[in-house]
Amino acid sequence: MVGGATTKELMVDGKRLDGRALDELRPVKITASVLNNADGSAYIEWGKNKVIAGVFGPRPCHPKRMMDPYRAIIKSRYRLAPFSTSDHGRAGPNRRSIELSKVIREAFESRVLLEQFPQTMIELTVEVLEADGGTRCASLVAASVALADAGIPMKDLVSAVAVGKINDQIALDLTGVEDNYGDSDIPFALAGRNKELMLFQMDGVLTKEQINQALDMGTKACEKVHQLQVEALKRVYESKKQEVEAKED
Amino acid sequence: MAVLDVLDQIKRGYIRDMVKQNKRIDNRAFDEYRKVEVEQGMITSAEGSARARIGKSEVLVGVKIGVGSPFPDRPSEGILMTNAEFLPLASSTFESGPPREDSIELARVVDRGIRSANAVDIASLSLGEDEEGRPKVWITFLDIYVIDHDGNLQDAAGLAAMSAILNTQLPKYEDGQIVREEKTGPLPSKATALSCTFGKIADKIILDPCYAEEVSLDSKLTIATVKDHICACQKSGGGGLSRAELDYCMDLALKKGEELRGKLKA
Repeated sequence: MVGGATTKELMVDGKRLDGRALDELRPVKITASVLNNADGSAYIEWGKNKVIAGVFGPRPCHPKRMMDPYRAIIKSRYRLAPFSTSDHGRAGPNRRSIELSKVIREAFESRVLLEQFPQTMIELTVEVLEADGGTRCASLVAASVALADAGIPMKDLVSAVAVGKINDQIALDLTGVEDNYGDSDIPFALAGRNKELMLFQMDGVLTKEQINQALDMGTKACEKVHQLQVEALKRVYESKKQEVEAKED
Repeated sequence: MAVLDVLDQIKRGYIRDMVKQNKRIDNRAFDEYRKVEVEQGMITSAEGSARARIGKSEVLVGVKIGVGSPFPDRPSEGILMTNAEFLPLASSTFESGPPREDSIELARVVDRGIRSANAVDIASLSLGEDEEGRPKVWITFLDIYVIDHDGNLQDAAGLAAMSAILNTQLPKYEDGQIVREEKTGPLPSKATALSCTFGKIADKIILDPCYAEEVSLDSKLTIATVKDHICACQKSGGGGLSRAELDYCMDLALKKGEELRGKLKA
């Protein structure tokens, strides 16, 4: 979160500590339909980040007082596993996870066709099993695939990436160390079709021009991530098709 | 609940129609704040305090100073803790009980701006080591009390918080004890961070949404600035935001931030 006071060299010979270029994404691997009981699910490995997302619903709304007579509500839960960080984290929600659960939920509220399912709820859970910077973005990307995997109608997929500033330079997809010792972090999410910002947060001190430069860099990466999301979903249908064909033979 | 929902729906429709016709419910321009007032030092038991009013919204911030152990990974840095209470008397929609996500988000966004800009300079709040050689630091408790709610609590909270920080005097620290009666000087602050909050309704951007507008918003964007720089952002609400809209908001936040800073006594 905070830069400035404690410093660490984050660039060596023009490369980042993990050898990446400034505009290089970590390896991202997405698998859809990984859980039995959930209506939709996805697992993502994004660098060292490991996140599993599950979706239940639409189903009757509990508690009843949260029910919206006009549309479905989304309940979301983002949690870091106690073993996911270098220091042991307390189990249960904390202020950070409550805020992130909220912004993740809001990133989907205008993408999912909630009006089709009045009085119901869609439960979205993301569990971060290992964290190394950019977990909210990895969570959003996995959640988006899990929602689609659950067959919930959506206007488009949501893709996300974090951009930031390290050693006075704009950089893509910060690791945990880079986020900790860097100067700024901008996690953001784009809707696949109209490219509107569905999530946008920023800390650190930047000029308007630097923010725009960072978002331009991130937009390209988001398009790459979007492609990986689509491919992950396609693979599920291809394997289902093969299953059906095998039965027919 | 159902009755309220219907009323909200009607209100929402009314506000949206007005905005589409380039009008606001209180006749303001789209880029205009309500009346902004700030005063300092009303709570004498606190080391610093301030109250901000934006229209009918009212937020009080008290700063208390304590001494404690630093976070292990940052042994020479002071600690800043920001919390927000949405008092039940401020709105019929506020209930007592554990903090809701709205109040947590508000406090975290105020904290983000202040922390990023070093508006509380935590790097200079070390007290060295105690007799047993353990590091000690100043802890700054920033408590945001929402007294009355008519929308845009975020900016009112940010303004009151910043003003309270500038009002804060550090007490004396002697032989491992705080001597609250004696002050040693102002709480170190490197910049004045203030936020501007925008609402998007029917593809139009309005500054400083009042409560009726706030319940009608598609999405909301808070941008905190220091002079010529942006130091925190938070988009909330379900709707999206285009890059052009973001660009417009950043420009206006930088400009309006300067105006708001003029309201603060440094």
